[in-house]
Amino acid sequence: MAHLKRSFGIGLWFMFLTLPLMVVRVNTLNHEVEWRWSNMIWVGICAFAIAWFWQFSIERRTARRAHVAADAHPEVEKLSLAQRLADDPVLSRRVLIGAAVVAMIFPWLVSTGQNYYHINVMVSALIFVVLGLGLNITVGLAGLLDLGYIAFFAVGAYTYALLSKNFDLGFWTCLPLGGLMGMLFGVVLGFPILRLRGDYLAIVTLGFASITKIVLENWDTVFGGAAGIAGIPRPEFFGMALDGRQKSVYTYYIVLALVALTIVVTTRLKNSRVGRAWMALREDEIACVAMGVDMARTKLSAYALGAFWAGLVGVIFAAHNNFINPDSFTFMDSAMILAMVVLGGMGSILGVIIAGLALKLLPEYLRAFAEYRMLVFGAVMVLMMIFRPQGLINNMRRKYECDTVEGDHDDGAK
Amino acid sequence: MDFQYLFELLCGGVVKGSIYALIALGYTMVYGIIQLINFAHGEVYMIGAFVAFIVAGILTLTGYSGLTVLVLAAVVALIYAAAYGYTLEKIAYRPLRNAPRLSPLISAIGASIFLMNYVQLAQTPDFLPFPELVADFEFMEPIARYVSSVDLVILIVTTVTMIALTVLIKYTRIGKAMRATQQDMVMARLVGVNVDRVISATFIIGSVLAAIAGVLIASRTGQINSAIGFMAGLKAFTAAVLGGIGNIPGAVLGGLVLGIAETLGAGYISSAYEDVFAFGLLVLILILRPAGLLGKAVKQKV
Repeated sequence: MAHLKRSFGIGLWFMFLTLPLMVVRVNTLNHEVEWRWSNMIWVGICAFAIAWFWQFSIERRTARRAHVAADAHPEVEKLSLAQRLADDPVLSRRVLIGAAVVAMIFPWLVSTGQNYYHINVMVSALIFVVLGLGLNITVGLAGLLDLGYIAFFAVGAYTYALLSKNFDLGFWTCLPLGGLMGMLFGVVLGFPILRLRGDYLAIVTLGFASITKIVLENWDTVFGGAAGIAGIPRPEFFGMALDGRQKSVYTYYIVLALVALTIVVTTRLKNSRVGRAWMALREDEIACVAMGVDMARTKLSAYALGAFWAGLVGVIFAAHNNFINPDSFTFMDSAMILAMVVLGGMGSILGVIIAGLALKLLPEYLRAFAEYRMLVFGAVMVLMMIFRPQGLINNMRRKYECDTVEGDHDDGAK
Repeated sequence: MDFQYLFELLCGGVVKGSIYALIALGYTMVYGIIQLINFAHGEVYMIGAFVAFIVAGILTLTGYSGLTVLVLAAVVALIYAAAYGYTLEKIAYRPLRNAPRLSPLISAIGASIFLMNYVQLAQTPDFLPFPELVADFEFMEPIARYVSSVDLVILIVTTVTMIALTVLIKYTRIGKAMRATQQDMVMARLVGVNVDRVISATFIIGSVLAAIAGVLIASRTGQINSAIGFMAGLKAFTAAVLGGIGNIPGAVLGGLVLGIAETLGAGYISSAYEDVFAFGLLVLILILRPAGLLGKAVKQKV
């Protein structure tokens, strides 16, 4: 009952809050004021329902925390499905092979003849998956919040566009060059700013991305200005001429290979010396440095590596679209990649892949929803942080177990 | 060297800088208390401008004019901005008070994106013409070349606001509580300060300042859009960092320095690269003097 009363109050509050913006619309050209009272009723009803549900969730969260705290000796942690999957090598290998097979035959599943729309959509989605995985290294593993990640993507894309236009270099030559350019920018930018604390770093990277975009837009003799660069060649295939569908399928396999490579590299890195250093740095900087980890080098490596993947996939993006302009590299794209990492669970590879596919594919197929896409992203980012900060899928840590000798171990729980 | 041109630029820079300073104060106050970059602060500024636009539109069409409209629109805008700031803190930041540092920051980015798109969907993504609410004063005629009437209003309002803020923080009960909370939240709570209420008050004051800035800048540039908050927020944050974040006089100084640097850069080099100067300055300051112009370097204790 108290909840209902409170929710009612919150509903009224939101009706007041959204009154000018949702209800009134002033048309200055015709000198008319449009009143949309029906919106207000909807806001009231929705706010009431959400508030009720919100209180319920918060209460449940608190209760669960209290439960965990009261239970001084948690016997067995309840394992999530993903954790169980990872713990069972046979099962996880089977699932992996299954996913790989589906990914391999995907172009033949969804397209026939000259209809290759779905392949193109999938290529864009996979490009963003690679970006998500790259940012996952920087944000998820090393805990460096990078809000200008898209700038490195732009660096890669423009590297390929300019090199192929001015020096006639092919796709395969440019692919590593794009990655290296991204990395170079990452290092050059990273050197001075990695000393900064987390939130300053976020702002500086954001500023860097804005600067990049402004330079791309205004330096039109080199970068083509706001119009961008058109006529970027597609990847070549041993000199053979490919038709539209074959080109798409070919690009699809290139991105797929890159996704696979990224997954392998990230997994290997995660359990390596440098990966453990990243995670330690993320958890507690001071303790980590006290343990003898070289902070500057560790941070820089995470930053540069993340930038490398962005540059690499930027080349593919330019090749896939044939055309690039600064509008593809806005803050909203950076925010979306960040949303993938946050949503998927920081540091969790599987989570980032699922979130990346979902965030890119859902708006594509639900056109009616596309308008509200960013609105929902924003809300989801807030809600995830409050209710499920670990993301959809927990970051799985490798566990090291040791057997204790029976008898001399009394933890005093009784 | 053309001194007249320089003087013109300087005046423009000061006006711009005082707007940045108003927004930066909100950032700096919130950061001082809960060490959070309130990313959505720029959106509150934008919402303030939008509400003022809507109220001014209704009033103009019903036949009011001039100063009445400006005052009424500004008052309603302030109320709404305060309400939004308060609600924002309750929803997006309060549940994360004890979470790891990155969580509230991401939540703030989410809130910023949400508010920006909410206004865009509820109103329009296009630029809207903001009515000219400040008439040209006659006595300003001789110097209108350097300082227009709107600029004069901006300078007066910002000065008065900053003095009021200083008085509020230095001499009132809530100001004292705010300073105490800033110094040591746990200790403040122990001596009976209601920390939650202080934080709410901080958000409300910051939002009011942002809304003042929003109304002023909208009547100067003459147009608003749902995306203006993002850039303004970023610049204001730059100003806050420039002066030393958490430091109130620093935010004002930082805003002025930023405004002047930007206008000079735009006037002498290229206006297309205006934002580049601002961020270049930010990076430089952070590298050379991470604590800001007036900030003291804080040793981190373990």
